[in-house]
Amino acid sequence: MRRLHAYLTGRQNLRVDLTWTPEQDAFRDECRTWLQRNVPSEPLPSGDTREGFARHLDWERQLFADRWAVVSWPEAYGGRDASLWEWLIFEEEYYRAGAPQRVTQNGIFLLAPTIFEFGTRTQQDYYLPRMAAAEDLWCQGWSEPNAGSDLASLTSKAVRDEAAGGWRLSGQKTWTTRGAFCTHLFGLFRTDPDSVRHHGLTYFMVPLETEGVTVRGFGRLDGDEGFAEVFFDEAFVSDDLILGAVGSGWSVAMATTSSERGLTLRSPGRFQATAARLVRLVRDRGLDTADPSTREAIVRAWMAAEAYSLYTLADVSGMVEGRSPGFRSSLNKIFWSELDVDLHTAALAVLGGEGELETIGGTENPWLKGYQFSLSGPIYAGTNEIQRNIIAERVLGLPRK
Amino acid sequence: MRFAFTDDQLAFADAVRELLADQCDAARVRAAWDGDGRVPGLWDRLAEMGVLGMLAPEGTGGLGMADVDLVAILAEGGRAAIPDPLAATAAVAVPTIRDHAQSDDAERWLAEISAGTARVGVGLSGNVGVLHAADAAIFLLEADDGLHLVDADVVELQPLDSVDGARRLSAVTWTPSAATRLPSAELAASQARDRAAVATAAELCGLADTMLAMTVAYVSERRQFGVPIGSFQAVKHQLADALVELEFAKPLVWRAALSRSTGDPSASMHASMAKAAASDAAHTVGLAALQCHGAIGYTVECDLHLWLKRSWALRAQDGDAAAHRRLVEAALLG
Repeated sequence: MRRLHAYLTGRQNLRVDLTWTPEQDAFRDECRTWLQRNVPSEPLPSGDTREGFARHLDWERQLFADRWAVVSWPEAYGGRDASLWEWLIFEEEYYRAGAPQRVTQNGIFLLAPTIFEFGTRTQQDYYLPRMAAAEDLWCQGWSEPNAGSDLASLTSKAVRDEAAGGWRLSGQKTWTTRGAFCTHLFGLFRTDPDSVRHHGLTYFMVPLETEGVTVRGFGRLDGDEGFAEVFFDEAFVSDDLILGAVGSGWSVAMATTSSERGLTLRSPGRFQATAARLVRLVRDRGLDTADPSTREAIVRAWMAAEAYSLYTLADVSGMVEGRSPGFRSSLNKIFWSELDVDLHTAALAVLGGEGELETIGGTENPWLKGYQFSLSGPIYAGTNEIQRNIIAERVLGLPRK
Repeated sequence: MRFAFTDDQLAFADAVRELLADQCDAARVRAAWDGDGRVPGLWDRLAEMGVLGMLAPEGTGGLGMADVDLVAILAEGGRAAIPDPLAATAAVAVPTIRDHAQSDDAERWLAEISAGTARVGVGLSGNVGVLHAADAAIFLLEADDGLHLVDADVVELQPLDSVDGARRLSAVTWTPSAATRLPSAELAASQARDRAAVATAAELCGLADTMLAMTVAYVSERRQFGVPIGSFQAVKHQLADALVELEFAKPLVWRAALSRSTGDPSASMHASMAKAAASDAAHTVGLAALQCHGAIGYTVECDLHLWLKRSWALRAQDGDAAAHRRLVEAALLG
């Protein structure tokens, strides 16, 4: 029997370590200082309303001016070349400071990783800086009235216009977040009329001012005009607006959706900040106001936020050493979306009868808004039912049929 | 910042996993029900590998390592449903004697426990009995005034019947005295309780891993309506949810072991979070596993019950989820 010592690898440089380096602490200080000086003292109106969106754009441009809009991007595109660790630190500080929602997030967190991976140098040099500067404002065009969870059944089409050197788009996209306020849309269109399912699709980037494109905003459950449907009537787009190869749109798009499901869109700092605010809420209102079952719900949700943070640190530890989470990003998506619902449900329980009020004591009740938004989490970015299928088939290896 | 096991820690866990796959398979776990609740020869092999004395100082035959080096091995013990008292010995008794026993005998006990020649029973408050008490030469027993180191010849044992037939439990009766009390007995007790909670949490993660793996294998084979039942969403979604709960419990367990190693002031709270999450996850996984096995799982011929019943016992042992959540609540909300 070999002693365990015989298994020592000699690689002593690695250790388990949940502390930050002095350089990372300094980066955190820099983030915190800037945010303390610049985060608006009064919360901005919702970025999912026309007025609020405009106010948020001012904030986005302020972030960009001081190079906080896209910290993990190359400096040439307005970033800081921040590591994944630094990005996590920035996010922690951003949400701890109660800074405004990122109305640019669909571009920065969903489209940009795809442009970095599949875009030509020309596309990268043109689109990325404009996106970082909040000049181009991107919404996503995945869902159609009859293609939600079953995205591969989409029917919006692109017909070749050889003479004009491009494509003519027709069809309808819907549930497009902030579509009525954005300037550009990225999405999938069927370029091969004989194709079925995920074959024959192409990834297009479309300026919404293009002739033949009509955008109609409509109200979400939370009352904001945060959704839009986008109609295409032979709208012309040139070849240089295609991302990746013609016909390879599905695999290009999947790269984006796993960004949405996994780490990039929902960093743990967001939920830790909500969990900390929840604990403050119950303390401020007096602990005796909370029913024992409500207190338990708070503890459960707070613990889940801790678990999400630690899971992410483990994920990122793997990523920096070259281990991709792959389909396990579906686990993240289920966990953070249900965690967000649980945090807000507990907060509303603490508020009791006041929970239904849009304003409490003259200030907006952020928990009511947050609760309604949290309810969209298990639906968007691929419903949690789709995620469970992915986990079952791709992670556990259960039979598809 | 690096929240991942080191190559060394993974290599240790792999080595133990191989040993247990070879020496502690389901047939041997089952045989332990009819035998003495141990897998013959296994304890000596764990001692030879250095697992028992991993946390003992090198001068006493140990490896001089830390809690975080051991935790993945404890999960391997759970994966194999090892009936021997690995966690109580290696993760609780050894570091407790190392840190808190100051008598001349302490080094001897560490050496003998590490070598597998002396066995130790651990009886912490709240637990119904002591595992393998009949074999123990020495006991760590908790009284109202903290932890005591007690010779076997002054205790009385009353065997208990566990639902898990491989668990040889006894109620231990003894009389605490100044002579048996450890110098910092209260601190020793609270650290031992925390260590036990984390170790049991790690075992629960391993047990749940196996129950889930057994179930995935079963539902991929078992056919009804002409197809594998694992192709039905009603089955898929149960198992996906079980995996999510389990995978998000594990980092809390690894973190708790790290916090104990580094002396983090929140180590006790981290231990409670670990035990609560692992207990709940093992519950979810166990229920899904049984349900997805159907009637075949509800038999003693199917190996699932060996793991399931262990998980029932360990969920309650060292504080159940509700008790640990109350401790977290006290720390968080006051």
